[in-house]
Amino acid sequence: MLEEVAVTVDGTPVALEAELTDSLLRALRDAGRTQVTGGCEQGECGSCSVQLDGVLVASCLVPAVVCSGAEVRTAPGLLGDDLAEAFARRGAVQCGFCTPGIVVAAESVLARAKDEGHALTPPEVREALAGNLCRCTGYEGIVAAVVEVSERRASVVPGSGA
Amino acid sequence: MTTLDAPPTVEGAGLVGRSVARPDVPPKLDGSFEFSNDLSVPGMVFGATVRSPVARGVLRSVDTAPALAMPGVLAAFTVDDVPGDRWIGHIVRDQPVLADGEVRHHGEPIAFVVATSQAQAWRAADAVVVDIEPLEPVTDPEVALAEGAPALHPDGNVYRRLELRRGDLTERAPVEVHGTWETGRQDQAFLGPESALAVPDADGGVTVHAATQDLHLDREQVAAALGLPEELVRVRLAGVGGAFGGREDVTCQAHLAMAARALGRPVKTTYRRDESFLAHPQRHPSRYRYTIGADADGTLRYVRARVVLDGGAYASTSGPVLGSACYFAAGPYRVPAVEVVGEAVRTNNPVAGAMRGFGAVQACFGIESTLDLLAAELLIDPVELRRRNALRPGDVFPTSGQPFDATVDVVGLLDRCLALPLPDPDEVPMPAEGDPYAFPGGTGRTSTGEGVRRGVGVALGIKNHLYGSGMAEWSLASVRISAAGAVVRTAATEVGQGLTSALVQVAGDALGGMPVRVATADSEAGYAGSSSASRQTWMASGAVLSACRRAVEELALVVARRHAVDPADVGLADGRVVVAGRPLELADALGPEVVDAGGRYDAPRTHPGDPTTGQGDVHVSWMAVAHRAVVDVDTELGVAKVVQVATAQDVGRAVNPREVRGQITGGISQGVGLALTEHLDAPGGLVANGSFTDYLIPTAADMPEVVADVVEPGDPQGPLGLRGAGEPPSLSSTAAVAAALRAATGRPVTRVPARPQDLIAP
Repeated sequence: MLEEVAVTVDGTPVALEAELTDSLLRALRDAGRTQVTGGCEQGECGSCSVQLDGVLVASCLVPAVVCSGAEVRTAPGLLGDDLAEAFARRGAVQCGFCTPGIVVAAESVLARAKDEGHALTPPEVREALAGNLCRCTGYEGIVAAVVEVSERRASVVPGSGA
Repeated sequence: MTTLDAPPTVEGAGLVGRSVARPDVPPKLDGSFEFSNDLSVPGMVFGATVRSPVARGVLRSVDTAPALAMPGVLAAFTVDDVPGDRWIGHIVRDQPVLADGEVRHHGEPIAFVVATSQAQAWRAADAVVVDIEPLEPVTDPEVALAEGAPALHPDGNVYRRLELRRGDLTERAPVEVHGTWETGRQDQAFLGPESALAVPDADGGVTVHAATQDLHLDREQVAAALGLPEELVRVRLAGVGGAFGGREDVTCQAHLAMAARALGRPVKTTYRRDESFLAHPQRHPSRYRYTIGADADGTLRYVRARVVLDGGAYASTSGPVLGSACYFAAGPYRVPAVEVVGEAVRTNNPVAGAMRGFGAVQACFGIESTLDLLAAELLIDPVELRRRNALRPGDVFPTSGQPFDATVDVVGLLDRCLALPLPDPDEVPMPAEGDPYAFPGGTGRTSTGEGVRRGVGVALGIKNHLYGSGMAEWSLASVRISAAGAVVRTAATEVGQGLTSALVQVAGDALGGMPVRVATADSEAGYAGSSSASRQTWMASGAVLSACRRAVEELALVVARRHAVDPADVGLADGRVVVAGRPLELADALGPEVVDAGGRYDAPRTHPGDPTTGQGDVHVSWMAVAHRAVVDVDTELGVAKVVQVATAQDVGRAVNPREVRGQITGGISQGVGLALTEHLDAPGGLVANGSFTDYLIPTAADMPEVVADVVEPGDPQGPLGLRGAGEPPSLSSTAAVAAALRAATGRPVTRVPARPQDLIAP
């Protein structure tokens, strides 16, 4: 039995179709939202990370049918130009399978740090991203990029136009 | 045909050697990059694999009727439906496309079911009734070798036996040490599970879109299984979510192609993570028994090693992995007498095959660990022992007798590695309220930290790049230049390592800076061999350079004709065509014309090695690396944290320094994993930890600081002077961590990954 689940994905209304047992990950991918990748489907690898109503979740662990009316944000909806530039320059991407999930997790912790008014330290970034496995890079470029962007965003005074 | 007296002048764009942007990164960042499991075509249906629940047994029957009775289920295939050769395999065809009479490992494919959705295909696969009479599995390779062991396969239980002998093996040194070492079954654990799509073609053939390392090896095996000529099977690269050796073997490709042709519809499948752990060959578990003889001053006199690799149920790449496991068993050292006897053995364990380092990782752990025993016996500093014995110009390679490449400075790498800064602070941090990640065990630590001890270990690694051992090795590429720029075509696969961007750099320089795009790799582009053995940037660059040189000559002729100048007056610079001193945009110089040129690169020839002693020029050249690891071990809990890994690595020439650094940090993370956590456990042949919950790869919180010195002496044989860079980071990082664990704990650490019980201080 397929149920229709209306959500928005990065601001665009999307009608998901899901069985009761389908995860949000599966429903998003079945609806062509393949920017969300699935590496383990048991909440361990973090590839499928999305923001669900502003909360970072592993979409493989969320039943799709409970998401009716939810706002889903994925990598293309969250990725800042500064983070994209830093990821590319620092070598944060090799095969890229984990990347959209890491973008979501990184933008989530960056937003939290900005709200709290501080820049992230490398250990904080490592802790925040410990739920996102990457097999290619050894994480060095990823962590460096997130720290760098956090420092830059923290130094921007709100309203200064900088 | 007109020819040129001299090649046209091309001013390079300075791309090789620079950390240029990778063209694949923007689509990977926003998720628009299409991985194999993202592929979708109209009318597509889905497959699922029925797998053996036992490690060994007689397959009495397969009843697909319950599956076929389910709604949406279109077909079910067993071995009787295989139209061509029932046996395929990477090198030796010893592996059934679908189980035939006997199952030999947990997870072996028995049937393939196709349905209108992936979920229904999985349910249907569960509904297939398989009747297996279990047999006692043979899970210890030494038992499989023993007299009277059951033959596990018509081909027998030994994949390959290799004996390497050099020098006077009768002498006896004043000092002898003995060590026995074991390594675990490491999984490549790429993040993107196996997935592919097969589409039937109008000519009776099939196109397989696969995430693979070698399009032509896939094509050869799919064609054999289908009973089709190879021309009717096309393999196109689909986006690869990591490889590391784990995509060298065919998994779902033949099943999909068979189903697509039978049904006349596109068929796709995606493995689940637990299936992925069962489906691809892992790194060979190994046992090395060493005897090293030396003089009292530490000068090595002989190395004897007995090597046993657990090859699991099918051959895969066991033969060449054994070659690597034996040829690198004496490390990068000057040893006058060597005897290595190795066997790769069939068992009912998971299939073993290629993984980054390909046998040399195991060899490195063995020789480096035994050298540390010798250093302890002689009370010589382990570093000094290595410096004293390292290969120098004029030496021969210890296991093959081949003259050693004088440009590889082993002692220099050791010194440069040791010159790198130690971690700051350079001692165990005080237990405090501070960062829990600073201590072994992280936030889960239950001790107060008094028992934390620091250890430092050093190891050297060596391996060949390219196939070697007498294999003919070549690569083809083509270039098409039109007004829009150049398109490079090759079957060389981008598996995440950055090949595409390297080829853009190589072609960009060879074509005077004109815009270059690399087309999706396709078997129709001609043979390229695999992205493995740290070979593909070398091989594909050679082919692309050759194609570019011919394309430039052809372009000069076309432009000269169009502009009525002498071809000698046409050159390329700054992305423009220089015509009699006048720089023209490509579109103006070429008009509507198109230039096509093909190129070929042949690797330097090697020798298969003497059949009785293994001696000969078996390798093209070598990659050497030094690693120093600093670890903190909580010796009460037996938990360890790798604090820092320092490395000096000879890459010949870094085509893209940022991407070389990425290979170094990524390879070290896999080395750290093998040292401390990564072992696919298979008691009784049954995989027990095939999930990311139970098979632990390093996270961002586990990874140490990496300090690296990238050494670029230039390889005299390689195109552009580059050497392979992918495998060395994994060669000796594991051995260095193990040495550091010993230094911290005083325990022997004879096995990797080291378990907590191996690290509790006496």
